[in-house]
Amino acid sequence: MTRQMTGAKMVVQALKDQGVDTIFGYPGGAVLPIYDEIFQQNDIKHVLVRHEQAAIHAAEGYARSTGKVGVALVTSGPGATNAVTGLTDALLDSIPLVVFSGQVATFMIGTDGFQEADTVGITRPCTKHNWLIKDTDKLADTVHQAFHVATSGRPGPVLIDLPKDVQFAQGEYVPPQKAKKSYYQPKVKASIEEITDLVALIEKAERPLFYTGGGVINSGPAASQLLRELVDTTGFPITTTLMGLGSYPASGKGWLGMPGMHGLYEANMAMHDCDLMINVGARFDDRITGLVSAFSPGSTKVHIDIDPSSVNKIIRVDLPIIGDVGHVLEDVLKVWKSRGRKTKSAALKQWWAQIETWKDIRCLNYTNSQTVIKPQYALERLQALTGGMDRYITTEVGQHQMWAAQYLGFEAPNRWMTSGGLGTMGYGFPASIGVQMAHPESLVINVAGEASWLMNMQEMGTAMQYRLPVKQFILNNERLGMVRQWQELLHGERYSSSWSESLPDFVKLAEAFGAKGILCSDPKDLDDAIMEMIKYDGPVIFDCLVEKHENCFPMIPSGKPHNEMLLSAEAEAFEGGGALV
Amino acid sequence: MSALKIEKGSSSHSVYALRDPFAEREEKHTLAVLVENEPGVLARVIGLFAGRGYNIESLTVAEIDHKGHRSRITIVTSGTPEVIEQIKAQLGRIVVVHEVHDLTVEGAAVERELALFKVSGTGDKRIEALRLAEIFRANVVDSTLESFMFELTGPSDKIDAFAELMRPLGLTELARTGIAALARGTA
Repeated sequence: MTRQMTGAKMVVQALKDQGVDTIFGYPGGAVLPIYDEIFQQNDIKHVLVRHEQAAIHAAEGYARSTGKVGVALVTSGPGATNAVTGLTDALLDSIPLVVFSGQVATFMIGTDGFQEADTVGITRPCTKHNWLIKDTDKLADTVHQAFHVATSGRPGPVLIDLPKDVQFAQGEYVPPQKAKKSYYQPKVKASIEEITDLVALIEKAERPLFYTGGGVINSGPAASQLLRELVDTTGFPITTTLMGLGSYPASGKGWLGMPGMHGLYEANMAMHDCDLMINVGARFDDRITGLVSAFSPGSTKVHIDIDPSSVNKIIRVDLPIIGDVGHVLEDVLKVWKSRGRKTKSAALKQWWAQIETWKDIRCLNYTNSQTVIKPQYALERLQALTGGMDRYITTEVGQHQMWAAQYLGFEAPNRWMTSGGLGTMGYGFPASIGVQMAHPESLVINVAGEASWLMNMQEMGTAMQYRLPVKQFILNNERLGMVRQWQELLHGERYSSSWSESLPDFVKLAEAFGAKGILCSDPKDLDDAIMEMIKYDGPVIFDCLVEKHENCFPMIPSGKPHNEMLLSAEAEAFEGGGALV
Repeated sequence: MSALKIEKGSSSHSVYALRDPFAEREEKHTLAVLVENEPGVLARVIGLFAGRGYNIESLTVAEIDHKGHRSRITIVTSGTPEVIEQIKAQLGRIVVVHEVHDLTVEGAAVERELALFKVSGTGDKRIEALRLAEIFRANVVDSTLESFMFELTGPSDKIDAFAELMRPLGLTELARTGIAALARGTA
């Protein structure tokens, strides 16, 4: 059954048919026909953000916390260019988004019209794919294609640019069932030979390690379940990247914590010394590998990834397996079980004994204080008080983000939203709005630094308008903490522009928006203050004044291998002298 | 049987061997990329090369199936074997790319280029240019009393050689199509 309707109505109809219930956006001249259609229906809720960048990050938060596609709608010109940071962020972190941008009328394109920008040109390198629609008859089909492309293979953001005359014109609506079958069908299953090779390596490994990433989460909850089963039944240790936190529970017995530049000592040492590295949906990012020429020198490397371009890009692997993590893990488990569930248990025991000695370093130890809140302490308390709750965490970017990854524990996938690849300051607050829209009854906390948070603070308006009780937990050190840390360690303590001067009074700022503000500067008050934040039914800005000069450790300086981590003084003292510096 | 025979604890593919700074072995490869001919597809392909810092030595593109809207892009590129592998994987990732073929490794291929030469001159030089054109089997496609335009098809080095010879004889303008290539044999 096909129907005639305007392009604008088609957009809304196609979204409904794709099962979309929430979109994030900001109106403007070139998308008014679509906003008019949104006004005349009740199935899709539109969330009015205060800046288009926030619309994209909110859609990312929505997508990452639900496993569904995030949808955003922005106008032409500045609306679209403001979306670019969010699109790039989603591309690097493989978040499925469908973004609609308005465009000047087709006959105006190329004339430098008002609010005209070459949106498909600008967003071509920061989307997985994009389309400029010049014919209303092709609109519905393209929207369905867009959802297919955003979610198939390695997920990512796509953009549809819609000239205003195309929105006004009549065309034929095509429902998803009748849409053209896309030739874009990435391979999801690996060959039996590859699976068997991997199983053989598992059976023979003496110092194995799972190194898993965001691909496990993107593959869906079943993949996380399969990963847990494989890790727990083999008894192998596992380290999970920033993007993969939660796919294996932090309380699980195989868990070594996060690897990489600010990863845990035991995780990095295991990466360096293992003899079998099974990469599951991670991409050997430079924050993980450190010096590539000294990366895990003695290991056989296996890489399971749905994107062939991720394989052998940075680290040469011995066994590449192209396929969807869920499908591959299922087959690996099946074959491994059918061959008698073999592992080298004696060697494995020795390997674990070695790992335990690394754990004994207690790399996350820090000197606590009676008078000043240490950022690590603040996060430990946040974890202690909220860990058991129905909780979602988003973060901004910087020291607080790394501390959050180190000190908070995640038991389930889709509970942790952070800007990993692009490192976008200003991501966390709008992402928390997207998460809260998807999970209205859950506790949503954005762990932030004051500098990152200010980058999208205008979203207080959105949080208030939609009564979203998002908690903004700001670790305020009045510094660009990570920049300051690098300047201290690598730039002769010349703190060039890394002070947050002229900060607002965050409590008054909260009150100015009609929200609640909490100031906490004394460690003794911290627990009560956190509880007050949690119990308050509405948005809260929690201004947590923390130690200003705390550094984030462990740290692998750029160009150093994994076994040359800088540890905090605490951990070094424990090891007896700190020979690792 | 698996193609991979991995010894236990093997580091034969270790990164140590991978990035040897003293062995930058640049190779030239000819890639055939079959794409959906939709607006912006060429921009996607060349944007990938520019954005990721790959080389383009020659690029030829035209629609080869008007009904199916398929175009064939022939790219000659150079890089280390690792970079060539990346280029192919990155090309394959573009949503509108249907197939990527590396004609340099997939067996013998025919590579041809077409060039137009404008050679101006009188007297002996003019006669010599015409004589050489005959040897190279170049066609005269335009002529005035003081110039010829030659059309020559062949591998790139043949074009290069002819251009070299024409330069002292009055070569004033040169246009080349870039390489078109097909694998030899049936299908």
